[in-house]
Amino acid sequence: MKPRHKRIALIAGGLASLGVAAVFVLKALDSNIALYITPSAVIAGEAPQGKAFRVGGLVKPGSVERRGMTTHFIVTDTVKDIPVTYTGILPDLFRDGKGAVVQGRLGADGSLIASEVLAKHDENYMPPEAKHAIDQAQRAQNGGVTK
Amino acid sequence: MNLMQWFRFASPQSFYPLAGRMIPWFWALAAAFGLAGLYIGFFVAPTDAQQGEGYRIIFIHVPASWMSMFIYLVMAFWAGLGLALGTRLSAMMAQALAPTGALMAALSLWTGALWGKPMWGAWWVWDARLTSELILLFLYIGFIALQAAIDDPRRADKAGAILALVGVVNVPIIYFSVKWWNTLHQGSTINLTRAPSMAQTMLLGMLLMALAFWMYSIAAALTRARAIMLERERHTEWVKHAVD
Repeated sequence: MKPRHKRIALIAGGLASLGVAAVFVLKALDSNIALYITPSAVIAGEAPQGKAFRVGGLVKPGSVERRGMTTHFIVTDTVKDIPVTYTGILPDLFRDGKGAVVQGRLGADGSLIASEVLAKHDENYMPPEAKHAIDQAQRAQNGGVTK
Repeated sequence: MNLMQWFRFASPQSFYPLAGRMIPWFWALAAAFGLAGLYIGFFVAPTDAQQGEGYRIIFIHVPASWMSMFIYLVMAFWAGLGLALGTRLSAMMAQALAPTGALMAALSLWTGALWGKPMWGAWWVWDARLTSELILLFLYIGFIALQAAIDDPRRADKAGAILALVGVVNVPIIYFSVKWWNTLHQGSTINLTRAPSMAQTMLLGMLLMALAFWMYSIAAALTRARAIMLERERHTEWVKHAVD
C-alpha cells in the first residue's frame, strides 16, 4: 500500500465513523432537538410540569377570539385540542387554519398561558389569484359532497 | 485530450493565468444573471398570497443558503484531496472558498432573521435548521481562524482539512433538519422528487438569482485563489514573471 492510498483509506474510514457517531448522537438527542411537541403529546402528559414548553399545530379554524390585546384560540393537531390564551402582538402570518408554535405554561384548567406565539407557515408560494382559485375549487368540492 | 494534459492545470503556475482569463467571464455572468433575477424578483413575480411582499427575501435568502452548504462541500472536497494527495493547489482552493462560504452563511442567517421577525414573530429560534446553519457559519470561521493561526502553510492546510472534513457531517443535517425534526422553519419548496410548490415566475427569479450567486462565488473564489497562489509561491520564478 502506498502512503497515499493509506491516507485516503484513513480519511474515508474517519469520515465513515464520524458519520455513524453523528447518527447515534442525533438519535439520542431526538426529542431535545424538536422545537415543539404536539397537542396529543401534551394531553398524553408528555409536557414538562411547571416549566415552559412549546406546542405546535394548526390554529383551529373559527377558534380565534380577540378581546383587546388578549387572544384566545385553540391549537390542534386535528386529533387533540389545546386552548391557548395570549396577550400581545401576533405575527403577520398568524391565521385561522395555519400553523403556529406557542410557548407557555399549562394552567390549572389544562389551557396554555402563552408567553410567545410564533407563526409557522408552509412551503407553498403562490399569487393571491391562484390561492383564490384553489379556495373556490375546494369550496365547490365540499359543497358537492354535502349535497 | 489525454488525462495528463488536464493535470497540467493542477499546478499553480499554469492555473494562475487560466483563472485570470476566466474570472472576467464569471463576473459578467454574475452581473447578467443578477440583474435578470432581481428584475423578475421585484417587478415580474407576483405577490405571495400568504406573506405579501415579504416573501421576496427568498430571492437572496434561498440562493445564499444553498451556496453556503454547497461551498462547504466543495471546500471539504478540495481540503480532503489536498490532505490525501498533497497537491498544493487543492489546499489553496479550499482556503480561497472559505470566506465566500462564510459570507453566504452569514447572509442566509441575517436575511432569515429580518424575515423571521415580521413573519414568525421572532428574530431567532433555536430550531434545528437555524442552529445547524449557525454551526456552519462557525465551522467556516473556525476553518479560517485555524489556518491563519498556524504559520507553516503545510501544517495549516492539514489542520484545516481535518476540521473541514469533520464539519461535512453538518451539511446533510442542515438539509434534512426540516424533515427529521419539528422545526419552525418550513420544509423545502424545491425537491428532486416532486414539482416545486411555487408559482413559475417566482421560481424563475429564484433560480436566476441562484445562478448569479454561483457565478459570483466562482469569480470571488478564483480571485482569492490567485492572490493566495502569489503569496504562497512568492519565492518561485513563475511568480516573479507573473508579477512583472
